[in-house]
Amino acid sequence: MNIRNLFSYGFLILILGLVQILFLKNLAVFGHAFGFLYLLGLLILPSTLRTIPLMLIAFCVGFILDIFFQTIGMHTAAATLFAFLKPTWLKVASPTGGFDEAEEPSLGQIGFGRYISYAFPLLFVYCLAFFTADQWGTGGFLVILSKSFFSALFTLLLTLVVQLLFFSRKRSIS
Amino acid sequence: MVRIFQFLYRVRAFLLFAFLEFLAIWMIVANNSPQGAAFFNSSNEWVGNALKKQADVVQYFSLVDDNAALVEENARLKQGLMALQVRPDSMPLVIDSTLEANFELKGARVVANSLRFSQNYLTLYKGSKDGIKPGMGVFNSQGIVGRVKSVSENYAVAFSVLNTNLLISAKIKSSDVFGSVRWDGSNTSEVQLLYVPRHVKASKGDTVISSGFNAVFPEGILIGKISKVEVNKSDPNYLALTVKLSTDFSKLNYVYLVENTRFQELDSLYRQSDLINEY
Repeated sequence: MNIRNLFSYGFLILILGLVQILFLKNLAVFGHAFGFLYLLGLLILPSTLRTIPLMLIAFCVGFILDIFFQTIGMHTAAATLFAFLKPTWLKVASPTGGFDEAEEPSLGQIGFGRYISYAFPLLFVYCLAFFTADQWGTGGFLVILSKSFFSALFTLLLTLVVQLLFFSRKRSIS
Repeated sequence: MVRIFQFLYRVRAFLLFAFLEFLAIWMIVANNSPQGAAFFNSSNEWVGNALKKQADVVQYFSLVDDNAALVEENARLKQGLMALQVRPDSMPLVIDSTLEANFELKGARVVANSLRFSQNYLTLYKGSKDGIKPGMGVFNSQGIVGRVKSVSENYAVAFSVLNTNLLISAKIKSSDVFGSVRWDGSNTSEVQLLYVPRHVKASKGDTVISSGFNAVFPEGILIGKISKVEVNKSDPNYLALTVKLSTDFSKLNYVYLVENTRFQELDSLYRQSDLINEY
């Protein structure tokens, strides 16, 4: 990853974080499905990035969001889990032979079907961790499960829309 | 020995993961204990400022509704004041200390509010500079809103009633039976009234108000109306009452803060007699 890439990924995460804080903060479709759009920034970080820096990035991003959401620790815990699982899952879900050096797991690069099978389980695990922390001791397991499922679905939809609208086909970040 | 280090080096990613998760869970626990100090939240100046900028834009769109509500409240207050005004031919009496006002009110603007989680908080644009202290009650013209958790110089963070950690002492207005109001985390327009014994006759539509037994709220602040009466399934000695909140938490822009000027005295008395006060 060169300096230019570093800046463009940093910029993308910053923009997505701002959108999350300013617009998606109080949005919940039917009070049930949350949109965690900022995860797109973590999802498409290149496959060459190792687990440890990835986890540290996720921890910091989650923590900053938590301060704004007043949910101290919840986004942080879920995002760290997300980052821990991402490289392993990417290896499992990648084609035999692995990705190329420069390849990043975005919609334009890996195609529609593979993107969904790569992103959805990760988003679901993230939501599961998040809502377990949120509902700890209050809600039932079914509530957590259904909230996680619909939130993961809604988030997946948001990431698809953003990538289709703003990412060019050749290079991931326009 | 070398092998141990080699092993530790190989699982370094997992070790870091465990450490970070531990840190995050510690933060969740530390933040959710009602008495625990919260270090990082939006009573922090920078975060508060950013949230205020956002509220500046968003609240512009609800100015008309806010003004209408204020005019309505003004009218009601004026009406009440007229009834209280001393007539020229009357004589002022020294009021007994039981009737003396010992609550002070302050107004504040809401700059951030959440209602989608099970622990919801409000951020208010007023802080220690304006005399806001942790523990003050928060309400608005519609009804009860919450209780202040922590303050910085210019901002304050308050528990919303829609926070599963907050208990508020309440009573049914018609029968004076008291219980505790608590949110169960599911519906943002309903709370549960707990610890009402089964022999009490509660019916749908009864008004629920703050009891005044705690040192936070004065008596008689509206909480809502009973919308469902059932027998508690887990403990059949009590009723399970559902209360429809009178406050619309999705449209909070301005709130009042109430301070009991005798809080110190009451609190030290409670401590002396080893009572744990609910709020």
